[in-house]
Amino acid sequence: MGLSPVLWQFLVKWMTNFAIIPPEASRIAPQVDALLVFMTLVSLVGLVLVGLLVTAFSILYRREKHPVAVQIEGSTLLEATWTIIPLGLFLVMFVWGSVLYFRIYTPPPNAMNIYVVGKQWMWKAEHPGGQHEINSLHVPINQPIQITLISQDVFHSFSIPAFRVKREAIPGRYTTVWFEATQVGTYHLFCTQYCGTNHSAMIGEVDVLTPEDYKKWLADSTSGVSLAQNGERLFASLSCNACHNGQPDSRGPSLANVYGSKLTLSTGQPVLVDEAYLRQAILNPSAHITQGYAPIMPTYQGQVSEEGLISLVEYIKNLSTNYRVQQTLNTTALLPEQPDKVPAKGASAQGVAKP
Amino acid sequence: MSTIVSLPDQATARIPKRNYLTNENGLLSWLLTGDHKRIAVLYLISITFFFFIGGALAGMIRLELLTPQSDLMASDTYNKVFTMHGVIMVFLFLVPSVPATLGNFLIPIMIGAKDLAFPKINLLSWYLYLVGGGMTLTAMITGGVDTGWTFTTPMSTHFSNTNVITTGLAIFVAGFSSIFTGLNFIVTIHRMRAPGMTWFKLPLFCWAHYAASILMVLGTPVLAITLVLVVLERTIGIGVFDPTKGGDPILFQHLFWFYSHPAVYIMILPGMGVISEVISTFSRKRVFGYTAVAFSSVAIAVFGFFVWAHHMFIMGVSNYAVLVFSLLTMLVAVPSAIKIFNWAFTLYKGSITFETPMLYAFGFMGLFTIGGLTGVFLGSSGTDIHLTETYFIVAHFHFVMVGGMLMAFLSGVHFWWPKMTGRMYPEKISQLAAVVTFIGFNFTFFPQFLLGMLGMPRRYAAYPHEFQVLNVFSTAGASILGVGYLLPMIYLIWSLKYGEVAGNNPWQATGLEWQIQSPPLTENFTTIPIVTQDVYDYEWLERQKEHEVTHVG
Repeated sequence: MGLSPVLWQFLVKWMTNFAIIPPEASRIAPQVDALLVFMTLVSLVGLVLVGLLVTAFSILYRREKHPVAVQIEGSTLLEATWTIIPLGLFLVMFVWGSVLYFRIYTPPPNAMNIYVVGKQWMWKAEHPGGQHEINSLHVPINQPIQITLISQDVFHSFSIPAFRVKREAIPGRYTTVWFEATQVGTYHLFCTQYCGTNHSAMIGEVDVLTPEDYKKWLADSTSGVSLAQNGERLFASLSCNACHNGQPDSRGPSLANVYGSKLTLSTGQPVLVDEAYLRQAILNPSAHITQGYAPIMPTYQGQVSEEGLISLVEYIKNLSTNYRVQQTLNTTALLPEQPDKVPAKGASAQGVAKP
Repeated sequence: MSTIVSLPDQATARIPKRNYLTNENGLLSWLLTGDHKRIAVLYLISITFFFFIGGALAGMIRLELLTPQSDLMASDTYNKVFTMHGVIMVFLFLVPSVPATLGNFLIPIMIGAKDLAFPKINLLSWYLYLVGGGMTLTAMITGGVDTGWTFTTPMSTHFSNTNVITTGLAIFVAGFSSIFTGLNFIVTIHRMRAPGMTWFKLPLFCWAHYAASILMVLGTPVLAITLVLVVLERTIGIGVFDPTKGGDPILFQHLFWFYSHPAVYIMILPGMGVISEVISTFSRKRVFGYTAVAFSSVAIAVFGFFVWAHHMFIMGVSNYAVLVFSLLTMLVAVPSAIKIFNWAFTLYKGSITFETPMLYAFGFMGLFTIGGLTGVFLGSSGTDIHLTETYFIVAHFHFVMVGGMLMAFLSGVHFWWPKMTGRMYPEKISQLAAVVTFIGFNFTFFPQFLLGMLGMPRRYAAYPHEFQVLNVFSTAGASILGVGYLLPMIYLIWSLKYGEVAGNNPWQATGLEWQIQSPPLTENFTTIPIVTQDVYDYEWLERQKEHEVTHVG
């Protein structure tokens, strides 16, 4: 071999653990790979076809062999053929790819939610039970996991090649991606969107654990306070409960059962209350005045971190009554027993759509 | 080339005393020239200069990636290096290369005009290019910029402490150079065609430039506005892209890619024009399905404006927007496929020779086919998720831009070198250079497809160990590629003095540019030609030869 010994060594090393694709460690991975294989085959056929045509014509019609060119105008039939066949193939890839796309970004309803905040330069994951981890993510096997992403500063991108998923973490909005891991192991978690100095150091690990190991991990790393409990504490310390206390005469609408409902804004516009809406309503309340209420809520822009917002949102999501303090543990404050549902009289005024 | 020596006008070969190069002397006569050919030469020199700076930066990137650690330079330096590599190569090399050099030189001649419609604006556009280039170099020397060539907000507006403003304004200025060139071409092609030069007698080179010019004129202002918004956001904090002020960082993506996707076609369309000319000449045939090739250029230009959001499939645009943009991306791939097959079939029953421009053109076809097909992997939204932002992207656009566009540029430079300088380049060594470039290119960029499939993210100074082998291959290939680029630089300069005298029509090609002397007169034609023959009419050319009705001037 004319190869240098160093290069040869590399080659041997590579060939011994030869890999063109990363391990298929999620439910979606084999489906993505199937399309990739199909596309590779089509591409190879196309490339070989072009290569063969050019080579064959170059040999057959080289000057020595074929001194006088035959002028040919074109051929509608041929041209139509190589317009329609690629178009057809591309359309197949489009449809197939779109089906995959919708599958990759449409989480099943039973997915377990984990929040991930991207910052320069780390991934901070927040489990609902309050477990935090940095540049690592522990997930149970065979359980759909929905990742809700946000960035605190610049664009980041959450990528797990072994799962074939990737989603941009964007400042100012929640994005989601889901996966279901199918192989126990440790996989790379990359930031793939260029994010400044330590972009290439923003690498984490995804640990896929068996359900038992995952339970053990949760128990070992619990902070004692769940996201919702932390949110509840913030809710009180930011004095949100001064207005959003669920009393009929309170200055703010009740937040019980507000998540997932349809509100009518003062502009008459209906809006679906989701995580993104709740976050926006905290940061920029004057743009989201609920019908029937005065625009008096101050902005909390700059006062709550992204993690704090996540806790608040998680608290509000879990809020079936403003008095859930009694249902949670770890709370010392005691409030008088209240009926478990919002008074019927105030319901429409508060803009909470009846089911 | 033995055939060339035996041509009739080679016997008494010498370069005509009066030509555009000798017409006037002195530096000032160059710096104040209104002659499109001289401006093309000025562009050629300055663009080559920037190409080698960009190339040196590419070399540094590849060397850094030889090992998994970031040991050659700190990650900050690495970030600045790849940013500058991107900015220089995209805005100062790829976008202007073919239009500003070959297009500038040839379009007036090909349509039988004495100059472009606005010679002074043409000169101004070169000065704008220089100012933009100078500002970019200033930004690089005085601390660099680390946002990546895409200037993604809020990175560029709030989190980068580098020369974003200088660089942004540099591109703003250089952008006007591009707009003026486009305007000039559109007006020239519309208004200044010689009698008889109908639209369907236009060389495909002109069609391609016409389509690219539309993109330049309509797209570049959007980039200019976007960069101004970035500068305003940095300086006075207007908040258009800032979510804390109600702005939207995704808006920047829309605006930026609204230009920067069509920009890909600004780069590649003129290159396709070159390939059409070269393949036709060296197979001595009219391009197969001339009309389809001409209209596919226009189709690419039109569709090119409606696919920008395919850069944002994972970036939070709505699922239905993804559907639409994915579909439109698939549609834009079709005219490219048409072109490739039409070129291949141009060879059918031709009389083919393999001079350097033809070798580069073959290289173009191979590399552009791979580049185009891998584009489909990215246009299909499901697979894009896995492949985007990895080395697959890097490989894909280098195959299109470097493998496609740069091969076309080199093909064109060799093809028209005798016309521009009056001298031939040395054939054997340049054929070698074409082959070395092709091998080096594949060696460099093919492993990057595999890296991307494996998931290696782009713009990483340090990377996990398992990616090293492929990176070593890539770096090794880059050194071969470097040789492939240095060779033409050397022998082309050498040929200026020692090259064989070319004569008017060394390739026995059709087209008005080959009917006049080489190098041409300043006024191109002594009398405006009347075009009666069809474009690429090689039978007509043979008849002309027999009747000895030769050249103008």
